[in-house]
Amino acid sequence: MSEQLALLPGYLTAHLQLTLLALLLGTAFSVPAGVMVTRMKWLDQPVLGTASVIQTIPSLALLAIMVPALAALGVQSIGFLPAFIGLTLYSVLPILRNTVTGLAGVDPALVEAARGVGMTPMQRLRLVELPLAMPVILAGIRTSTVLTVGVATLSTPVGAPSLGNYIFSGLQTRNLTAVLVGCVAAAVLAQVLDGLVRGLGAAISRRRRGWAAVVLTTIGLLYGYTGVSLVQDLGARDAGRIVIGAKTFTEQYILSEILAGQIAETTGAAAEVASSLGSTVAFDALRAEEIDVYVDYSGTIWATIMQRESVPSRDAVLGEVTRFLREEHGIAVAGALGFENAYALAMRRQQADELGVQGIGDLTAYARRLVIGGDYEFFGRPEWAAIRDTYGLSFASERTMDPSLMYQAVASEQVDVISAFSTDGRIAAFDLVVLDDERGAIPPYDALILAGPRLVRERPDVVAALRQMIGTIDVDRMRRMNLAVDQDGTSPAAVAGSFLEELRAARRAQ
Amino acid sequence: MIGPGVRARGIRVSSIGASAPRYRRRFATLRIGCHGRATLIETVGLTKRYGEVAAVDDLSLRVDEGELLVLLGGSGSGKTTTLKMVNRLIEPSAGRIAIDGQDTATIEAHDLRRRIGYVFQRIGLFPHMTIAENVAVTVTLLGWDPARVRRRVDELLELVELDPAIMRDRTPSELSGGQQQRVGVARALAASPRVMLLDEPFGALDPLTRDRLQQSFLRIRRQLHLTAIFVTHDMVEALLIGDRIAVLHEGRLVQIGTPRELLRSPADDYVRQLMDTPTRQARLVEALLEERPA
Repeated sequence: MSEQLALLPGYLTAHLQLTLLALLLGTAFSVPAGVMVTRMKWLDQPVLGTASVIQTIPSLALLAIMVPALAALGVQSIGFLPAFIGLTLYSVLPILRNTVTGLAGVDPALVEAARGVGMTPMQRLRLVELPLAMPVILAGIRTSTVLTVGVATLSTPVGAPSLGNYIFSGLQTRNLTAVLVGCVAAAVLAQVLDGLVRGLGAAISRRRRGWAAVVLTTIGLLYGYTGVSLVQDLGARDAGRIVIGAKTFTEQYILSEILAGQIAETTGAAAEVASSLGSTVAFDALRAEEIDVYVDYSGTIWATIMQRESVPSRDAVLGEVTRFLREEHGIAVAGALGFENAYALAMRRQQADELGVQGIGDLTAYARRLVIGGDYEFFGRPEWAAIRDTYGLSFASERTMDPSLMYQAVASEQVDVISAFSTDGRIAAFDLVVLDDERGAIPPYDALILAGPRLVRERPDVVAALRQMIGTIDVDRMRRMNLAVDQDGTSPAAVAGSFLEELRAARRAQ
Repeated sequence: MIGPGVRARGIRVSSIGASAPRYRRRFATLRIGCHGRATLIETVGLTKRYGEVAAVDDLSLRVDEGELLVLLGGSGSGKTTTLKMVNRLIEPSAGRIAIDGQDTATIEAHDLRRRIGYVFQRIGLFPHMTIAENVAVTVTLLGWDPARVRRRVDELLELVELDPAIMRDRTPSELSGGQQQRVGVARALAASPRVMLLDEPFGALDPLTRDRLQQSFLRIRRQLHLTAIFVTHDMVEALLIGDRIAVLHEGRLVQIGTPRELLRSPADDYVRQLMDTPTRQARLVEALLEERPA
């Protein structure tokens, strides 16, 4: 618990940055746009329609499509910017719609009175229409506030830290304390911000200048703090901080902590972890120099990034991947950690024995009666297409689920086959068997430390520190470390800490 | 002469027929004083069409300085449309309006409206402003300094018989309908306009309140020597407060004249029927009084 709470200031500040700035820009756009719509009726459909369409895009997808969209424009595509833009778009509709509704709801007799006493159109808007519509507009801002605080937790997969880091990593590592801390913090934040806007509305409508001043000062201080922290963060990035990326599963959390510890210890550079990045987001982030280091798997680069279908030998894949990364993207493969984390099909030992299944080829005859479960990416990945086509598999149904739930699902017979990861400690823990890929449909997945172009250019010492990790983790070691997190509830940082300690002890002993 | 608001109301109701000429005499003196003065408001061929329908059709009127002209007619007669064209809340389809010789189309609409007091049928006080802010709205737009605005507000509230100390900081919702329309009149008077337009200002009030406000208004307009156009569908009201009455019917001017002229020689059956109503009602009331045992 205290370990989780120690992360709170950082995540909360990042969450505030995203939420407050998105709301500020969202309001600054929506209220004038709402006014325009009420003045020019023909704008009504296009503007409100567009905002509605944006609102119907699932929030996770909206944030995720910002990444390629911004990359196409050649600006920062990972981290703050895509999350900020996505959230801003998301905050627009409630404010816009309430502005239009609020202005339309102003008594026409009062609008005529405003004209009759000699107000210009702008004065009418400022002195009569907006003040009268204010309660409705503020209600829209409150809706947006609560919505934005919630959706901002989805900034984590596009590389912007937020309270979502608690939730994503907590769900992945079965750390319910982390999930709870993240949810409670987001809920409290939403209530506090909502309360501030509500307080402002009450103060204005009851004409309590004192209250309004207090609320506005509080909001101002929050924005001040946010702005200062944002500027500091930008400054810190330039100050040579090393950022290590991690995708959204346990092994990645552990490895990123190990690499961060190794870099900090060896070079003294400040190293921080940007965790829970989407799979291709991590690669894009490295290429765009938003992160400096992360661990990826040779087969993933081979199949997903290089779009290759043939599966040559392990060494050939490694060689081609290394050359491709260096030549195409200026990324250095610092080295292989010493284990493979392959996609593998796994099933209950008992069922495999009953059916007499040992290899994937043996499944072909039974597949029609079996259900397969896979992680979010699996059924869309080229590896699955290769497996399916090579062995002629056609399952009764394919179920996509969170990787942390897959093992439980197969053990409790809700699915029969899963797309396991070969390093997952739960294969042994749940008494599952990994099926042989006898026709070599699945490429090799050596865990590779990838160093971004900036490190290669500017920090040879860091690259050297990373090279010291070559061959230090074998598959058994990785499995045990994964199990320690997934089964025993140890934190990834703690597991990484004890690994580095052991490593140091072993080196001293040599 | 009996001051407004002092007379016993029962007597007044029972003697409408008799009291009307008495009012006339009072205004007649005033009118004689005004006689020969310049025309302040003039409409020439004023027309407003909505599609095929003419809400106001070729209306030419003159209002002398210091005169109160009543526009009288039923709903759809075009009286409110005419009034709103004077301060350009509605733009005419044809014809022109001059105030003090100046064509209103040549003045910025909001500037024109700041120079004309307007009292609305539905009162139209701004609910988010205090009474003082409501009264001050036009002079604030004109850029008066705050101290002068404050003095003016107090002066106006006293003029409409509201206690500034009590009313200043209240909001419209805390006031009765009658009090609200007093504020409405004060707001219209704030910038000392020469011309006042009143759109059935007392129509939504109960009879006693309406009577009190009519008396207050008559006093104020004499005191300030206002030129006004007053829209009403209430014959009694028209007879009691108008120097002249213009009867409109389906957008056209049927007859214009002093109340006496209209009562004595109505131009057609429509006007006759209109004028008969209050006199007949007054007789009925009087008859009731006489039949009652002492």
